[in-house]
Amino acid sequence: MSTLEIKDLHVSIDTEQGTKEILKGVSLTIRTGETHAIMGPNGSGKSTLASTIAGHPRYNVTSGSITLDGEDVLAMSVDERARAGLFLAMQYPVEVPGVSMTNFLRTAKTAIDGEAPKLRTWTKDVKAAMAQLRIDADFTQRNVNEGFSGGEKKRVEILQLELFKPKFAILDETDSGLDVDALKVVSEGVNRAHAEGNMGTLLITHYTRILRYIKPEFVHVFVDGQVVEEGGPELADRLEEEGYDRYATGAGAATIAAADAAAQA
Amino acid sequence: MTDITTEKARIGAPSAQPFINGFTEEGESLSPLNAAASKSPLAGEAVKRHSHGGGVGIPDSSRAGRLTSYKLADFKPLTGMEEDWRFTPLKRLRGLHTEVLNGAAPTVSVTAPDSVTVETVGRDDRRIGSAAIPEDRVSANAWENFTEATVITVPAEVQADGEVSVLLTGQGTEASAQHVVIIAEKFSKSVVVLDHQGTAVVSENIEILVEDGAQLTVISLQEWNDDAVHASSQQAKLGRDAKFKHIVVSLGGDLVRVTPSARFTAPGAEVELFGLYFADAGQHLEQRLFVDHAVANCKSNVLYKGALQGRNAHTVWVGDVLIRKEAEGTDTYEANRNLVLTDGARADSVPNLEIETGLIAGAGHASATGRFDDQHLFYLMARGIPEEVARRLVVRGFLNEIIQQIKVPAIEERLTDAVERELAATNH
Repeated sequence: MSTLEIKDLHVSIDTEQGTKEILKGVSLTIRTGETHAIMGPNGSGKSTLASTIAGHPRYNVTSGSITLDGEDVLAMSVDERARAGLFLAMQYPVEVPGVSMTNFLRTAKTAIDGEAPKLRTWTKDVKAAMAQLRIDADFTQRNVNEGFSGGEKKRVEILQLELFKPKFAILDETDSGLDVDALKVVSEGVNRAHAEGNMGTLLITHYTRILRYIKPEFVHVFVDGQVVEEGGPELADRLEEEGYDRYATGAGAATIAAADAAAQA
Repeated sequence: MTDITTEKARIGAPSAQPFINGFTEEGESLSPLNAAASKSPLAGEAVKRHSHGGGVGIPDSSRAGRLTSYKLADFKPLTGMEEDWRFTPLKRLRGLHTEVLNGAAPTVSVTAPDSVTVETVGRDDRRIGSAAIPEDRVSANAWENFTEATVITVPAEVQADGEVSVLLTGQGTEASAQHVVIIAEKFSKSVVVLDHQGTAVVSENIEILVEDGAQLTVISLQEWNDDAVHASSQQAKLGRDAKFKHIVVSLGGDLVRVTPSARFTAPGAEVELFGLYFADAGQHLEQRLFVDHAVANCKSNVLYKGALQGRNAHTVWVGDVLIRKEAEGTDTYEANRNLVLTDGARADSVPNLEIETGLIAGAGHASATGRFDDQHLFYLMARGIPEEVARRLVVRGFLNEIIQQIKVPAIEERLTDAVERELAATNH
C-alpha cells in the first residue's frame, strides 16, 4: 500500500513575458488501488501537474510538496522518480532516434527493477502484452515511437505501463486523439494493470468519454490551476451534460489557456 | 527533431520548376564555378567526356564531367570555392594541396594469411594506375610524390583464411604521400583492413581492383591522433559479377577526408558502401563518395551514419550516384543519417543522384539529420534510465547498424569500445 501525496503545490514556467504561475496550490492524495480522474478545460493546468510529478525541467515548483510514501519526490531526478514507481504516460510521446523498442524496453525494465529481466520470460511477457494491446510484433524492431501514428504511440505508452508495473500511473490525456476502438484497447490495458491491485491511477482527461471504460472513484475538477470541485463518479456524469461552462472564471483562465497553448505549440 | 527528406528517383527530364534562389536541384550553389550550370542543372550543358591525362575537364553539375588526371599540374590551385572542396577548411590541410609531399609516409606493416602476396614496389610497377586516377589536386599531389607502393594481391580463386591487416602508422606532421594497391583476383574471397594510427599529415591513394567474380571487403579505419590530417582517395574498379564491400570508419584526426568511389566495368557486380563517423569538438570529418553505374545490371547500396558532439564538430557527407545511359537494370540506394548530440556541431549532407536512363530496377536516396535533445533525454529518463545510459543507448544503437556490417569480431569489439570512449570523452 503506497500513498502519493501532493500538498499545496505551486508551479510556474518561464515564458518570454516572464514567469507565469500555472498551478496555484493543488492538494491531492492518491492511494494504491484508487483511480482519480482530473478533469478540466484546456489550459487549466492538468498536464502541468502530470509533468511536474514526473520532473520535467520546464516546470518550476515554487512551493508545496510531492511525497511518495513520505519520500520527497521533488528532490529526486527524473529517472529516480521512475525507479521509485512513478510512471507518466505522456500526452505527446517522444520519438527517440537510434533506439529500438526491444532495447529500450529491456533497458528501462532493468533500470526500474535493478536487475535484468530473465530473457525468456521477458520476451514472452512483451509479446503477450503487445498482442493484448494489438500492437504489431514488428514494432519491437522499430525505433522508439519513430514514425508511429498518434494511436500507436498511446498504445505503446500503455504497453510500458503494463510491463514496468509502477506504483502510480499518471495518464496525461491518453485518450485524446484515439478512435473508439483504440480507446477501448488502451482502457483495457489500464484496467488490467489496475486489476493487479498494486497501482494507483491518476487519469487526466479533457473529455468524459474515457470514463465509460475506466471507472474513477474520485473526480477532481481543475480550473485555473486549482481544484474547484471534487466528488465521486457522479461529478463526471454532470460534466458530461453541462460541460465546464459553469466554472468559467473569465480573464484569468483565458490567459493561462493562451500560455499553455503557446507552450504546447 | 528529425528532418527527413526522401526523394524518389526522378526519371527523365528534370522538372522545369524554378528552384529556390541560390539553390540548385543538387543543393546550395556556393561555387561560382557552377554559376553557368545553375540555371538548368541537368539540361545538357554538361561536358561528360572524361579527360584522362588531358586536363580539360570542366566542372559542371554532372559528376561525369569531373577532371581526372595523373598530373598535378592539370589541377588548378585550390581556392575553396570548388564544388568538391567547398566544405573543407583548406587552411587545416597543412599543405597537402600546396606542398611537395616528401615527408616520411606512414609506415606500412602487413599481417596476412600465407595465401596472400604482399610486395613493396617502385613507382614504375605496372600495377600502379590499374584501378584509379586522381580526381582532385590533393590526390594528384600524392600520386606525383609517392616513392614506393604496397601491393597486396589475393591470387585467383584463393579464399583468404582470416583478414589481411594493414597497419599504417603516422611518422609525424610533415606532409607526405602514400600509395596502396589491393588486387582481388578472379574468384578470390578476402577481407582487407587498413588501420590508420598515430600522427600523420598524409595524402593517400588506395587502388582497389576487384576482378571478375571476386569478393572483397575493405575496411578503412581512421583512428588517428588528434593532430592528424588525412586525405584518402579509395577507388575501386569492379569486374563482372564482382562483389565489393567498403566500410569507412573515421573517429580520430583533426581533418579526415575520405573519397571512396566504385566504378562498374562489367555487368552483374554489386557494391555496398558503408561509413561510420563520430566527430568531437573541432574535428572535421568528410566523406564524399561516388558510385559510377557505367554498365548494365549492377547494384549499389550506400549507408553512412555519423554522430557529432561538441563545438565546431563538423561532418560532411556527399554521395554522388551516377546512372549512365548504358546502365539499364541498375538498382541503387544511398542514405546518410546523422545524429547531432550537442549544440555547436554541424552536419552537412548532400545526396546526389543523376539518372540518364529510365530503364532501371530502382534508384533512391535519402538523408536525415536528427538531434538528440532534452526531450529524448526526458523521455528515456522518465522510464527510469539514468542520463549516461540514455545517451549511450541512443548513440550505440544508432551506430551499431554500421559496426555489425564489419563481421570481423575483434574489430567490431574495438570499434564498440572506441564509440564508448568518444561518448565518455565529453559527458556533460
